[in-house]
Amino acid sequence: MTTTTQQTPVTTQVYRVYIKATPEAIWDAITDPDWTERYGYGGRVEFDLRPGGRVIGYTSPAMREQGAPEVALEGEVVEADPPHRLVQTWCLVMGPEMAAEGFTRLTYEIAPIDGGVTRLTVIHDLEGAPIQAQLISGAFESGGGGGGWSWILSDLKSLLETGARMAA
Amino acid sequence: MTDDDLVFKALADPTRRFLLDRLFERDGRTLTELESELEMSRFGVMKHLRVLEDAGLVVARRKGREKLHFLNPVPIRLIHDRWIDKYTERRVSALANLKSELEKQA
Repeated sequence: MTTTTQQTPVTTQVYRVYIKATPEAIWDAITDPDWTERYGYGGRVEFDLRPGGRVIGYTSPAMREQGAPEVALEGEVVEADPPHRLVQTWCLVMGPEMAAEGFTRLTYEIAPIDGGVTRLTVIHDLEGAPIQAQLISGAFESGGGGGGWSWILSDLKSLLETGARMAA
Repeated sequence: MTDDDLVFKALADPTRRFLLDRLFERDGRTLTELESELEMSRFGVMKHLRVLEDAGLVVARRKGREKLHFLNPVPIRLIHDRWIDKYTERRVSALANLKSELEKQA
């Protein structure tokens, strides 16, 4: 069987979740450190929400107890259009191999749907960053690496809809 | 239908599971690429992709002139967290381990 389509490897990962919450609530949950520490990996993430502004994500207390460094991720805001769209660069710096892969590009799209439901789409372009790509796809979950974006977004949905995280 | 119903319905068809497996293998494919792996009309593949999109299992995005299809694992994760974690994770993973152990020996 032949195909005429050029098959370039796709390094983008796309995740989508529907949450019964306002776009503003979802925007806050992504960009406010008091929210980011309440779901997913549980670290505070600080944003300077203007183009060129710094993004810095810290490890959670639980991760530091296990010997993790203080800073988990670094990046820069590319575009901030609250509460619709956030584009940033993103690099995990917890280990030298990941840090050496350099910055990836992360986009959040937040769109209201009918009935008080909002659609959150995460587009993560991981070109040149195979280790980070594996980690955030959840490939290291059984080894304690967390479940990546699906896990983070499932937990975020639970937090915003029920006020509680998933059962740990 | 609830979101869960749509996901279960979408997964209840072997062709749709095949399409998801192809995207798991390599994500971001065009309709033409997916169609080339199936003995099925373009229209038939489109219909199946539509069901997968409605269930949120596939997200289509435009890139230039192409429409790329991405596997979205979040709905499966939600079902996992809702139905598996809550009741039976320990037993299920024990069985899954047993299965892979037995298959290794076979």
